[in-house]
Amino acid sequence: MIDLLALLKKMLSASGLSGYESPIREIIHEAWEPLTDELTVSKIGSLHGLKKGRGAEPRRRVMISVHMDAIGMMVTTIQDGLLRFTEIGGIDDRILPGQLVTVHGREAFPGVIVQPPAHLLPRSAGDGPVEMKYLFVDLGLDSDTVAEKVRIGDTISFAQEPLELTGEALAGHTLDNRVSVAAATLCLEELQNRHHDWDVWAVASAQEEETLGGALTSPFAIRPDIAIVVDVCFAKGLGSSNWRSLPFGEGVGLGYGPNIHPALYKAFEEKAMKLEIPHQRDLMPKMSGTDAMAIQVVAEGIPCMVLGIPLRYMHTPVETVSLKDIRRAGRLMAAFIADCEEACKDLTPDALDQN
Amino acid sequence: MTKNLEISAGKEPEIGTSQIALLENLCNATAVSGDEHEVRQIVIEAIKLVADDLKVDALGNVLATRFGRGENRVRVMLAAHMDEIGFMIVKKHEDGLFEFERIGGIDERQLPGKPVLVGREHLPGVIGAKPIHMTTTEERKKKIDVSAMRIDLGPEIGDKVKPGDRATFATRFTMVGPSIRAKALDDRLGVATLIELFKHAPDNIDLLAAFTVQEEVGLRGARVAAYTFDPDMAIAIDSTPAYDLPHWDDDDENDRYNTRLDAGPAIYVMDRATIPDRRLVNWLVETAAQADIPYQLRQPGGGGTDAGAIHKTRSGIPSVSVSIPSRYAHTAVCIARQEDWANTLRLLHTALSQVTPDLLAGERRD
Repeated sequence: MIDLLALLKKMLSASGLSGYESPIREIIHEAWEPLTDELTVSKIGSLHGLKKGRGAEPRRRVMISVHMDAIGMMVTTIQDGLLRFTEIGGIDDRILPGQLVTVHGREAFPGVIVQPPAHLLPRSAGDGPVEMKYLFVDLGLDSDTVAEKVRIGDTISFAQEPLELTGEALAGHTLDNRVSVAAATLCLEELQNRHHDWDVWAVASAQEEETLGGALTSPFAIRPDIAIVVDVCFAKGLGSSNWRSLPFGEGVGLGYGPNIHPALYKAFEEKAMKLEIPHQRDLMPKMSGTDAMAIQVVAEGIPCMVLGIPLRYMHTPVETVSLKDIRRAGRLMAAFIADCEEACKDLTPDALDQN
Repeated sequence: MTKNLEISAGKEPEIGTSQIALLENLCNATAVSGDEHEVRQIVIEAIKLVADDLKVDALGNVLATRFGRGENRVRVMLAAHMDEIGFMIVKKHEDGLFEFERIGGIDERQLPGKPVLVGREHLPGVIGAKPIHMTTTEERKKKIDVSAMRIDLGPEIGDKVKPGDRATFATRFTMVGPSIRAKALDDRLGVATLIELFKHAPDNIDLLAAFTVQEEVGLRGARVAAYTFDPDMAIAIDSTPAYDLPHWDDDDENDRYNTRLDAGPAIYVMDRATIPDRRLVNWLVETAAQADIPYQLRQPGGGGTDAGAIHKTRSGIPSVSVSIPSRYAHTAVCIARQEDWANTLRLLHTALSQVTPDLLAGERRD
């Protein structure tokens, strides 16, 4: 049995900013090695794990896409031993002051993000939120050492240690989207003991937060019949109470909208109901904000499903998730895949005409 | 904790692994103004074997005395505050999240996205923030009000946390190169320094150590401690901000740095609360010069220390402050230099070893 908490903590300890995924990819490689038949790395840096099905060849293929890249920052300039930076992925400037980070220079250095006092800023910048361009990273080192060991373009990742809250809740940075990598891993583990006809391609995709580069290229190489994307979705909590947010810890989100094939949605909903896996419809009226946006339009087009793991405080270093929902997502995916042939029987153009 | 009975008065104090370990314990402890329990226990444990007299007063100050030997001893009060800035839980909301109030001067911009520890049991929680995806550009130009922030301890916190509980930043102590990185270096650096001075008290003085409470909310502990001790003179040992960062505009020099890291102990000439007795300032400056200890004069201006209350107690007590410079005071993560700490300890110990009643003979003069 995989120790979910230990796996997550290990994945959170590795950096892997968009375009710089190799540290996290190695950890996922290690976790997937015993669970897959083949592991390869794509030209853009996504990890492809194949677990072969038992059906007659040529077998149909289901792809699971979970992006492994993280948001973070990059050094733009060095001033008196202090680092100025820009963002990789979307970050609200207001959560930055006082955050612990790791600067990936010639070695990894611990640092802290600094908000300079008002009298060192332009008059207009001192009172309100201080823009990212005025913030620094302080490594606690003398300027000569910094000049020698850190260069423009070095990445900066969040370094806050994860915290275990009550009720199987975990808080930390980069839970978006390591929780989905964990869910895919649980799914692969469960499939070890289950018969499945289809080939399963587990993809830890690169660059979701910036370019969707992984999600655009991996399905082209794999050519799956369907794709299941797992990503985080909004959980109800501070500042997040509208229809876009699902109750926290109360079930997997089933994406519903134009990125999602309606027959797949229906099949997943039926499977969840049958297995009594708590689930909630996650409305995505225009787009899902996930790998599915890219996968859907690769080659001739690929039917996609999006599973959402509800997460509070997205894109902050204290993202909070319920371990229960991660397990639910893994279990639901495995059950669906074991029954792929039957579940996908309605995956026809006709399904698009039904309501 | 081992009973180190080899400690002898007068021996030169220094900063080594055991001092750093003690500072680590002090920084990782929670002692928000008004509930200094945890730090008080660490302090008492650290000094009880060498104290000639030790008591906890009505407000929670630890008052400890070491008597010197011989004639003409100066009665010197040294004060370091045990309390730190932090939070108090004020309300549990229906969604299971907790509203909180700040204790001490905390910039609300330092709060979103921070882990915290709540209550005596140090229960982990987080101050969340709205996902950027749900914010508007206009919204992101405004500060988030503290009343709109919440502490989240998970869905099954139940009644383990209640209004009145205190909380601090969850930052853990670490050494980074030449630096110390921790929460609450203001003023655990002072507390750790005072513990070392107390263990190595010179014979020519009666050392009256006040580990004070409620400094961050109004210098309350220091006032009653000074009354009780009724000393000849007093030194507040604190940590003061180093704003030694570059100006955003390269052409502008930062001439308001308050203090600088790596420049040694900061001797106060004036802050918002105290105009120190110049005889004490000169004494410290001359001691540093003679002993070749680096020092800096803290730029006159705002801020205050326990000296602000002490010097106006009873009929007046000649007072001065010495601080270890530290960047980013009153935030989750402060940075100070080990060398500045060591030099502060050296300066104070050297100066105290040489002090005689002559220093304060006669009238106050500049």
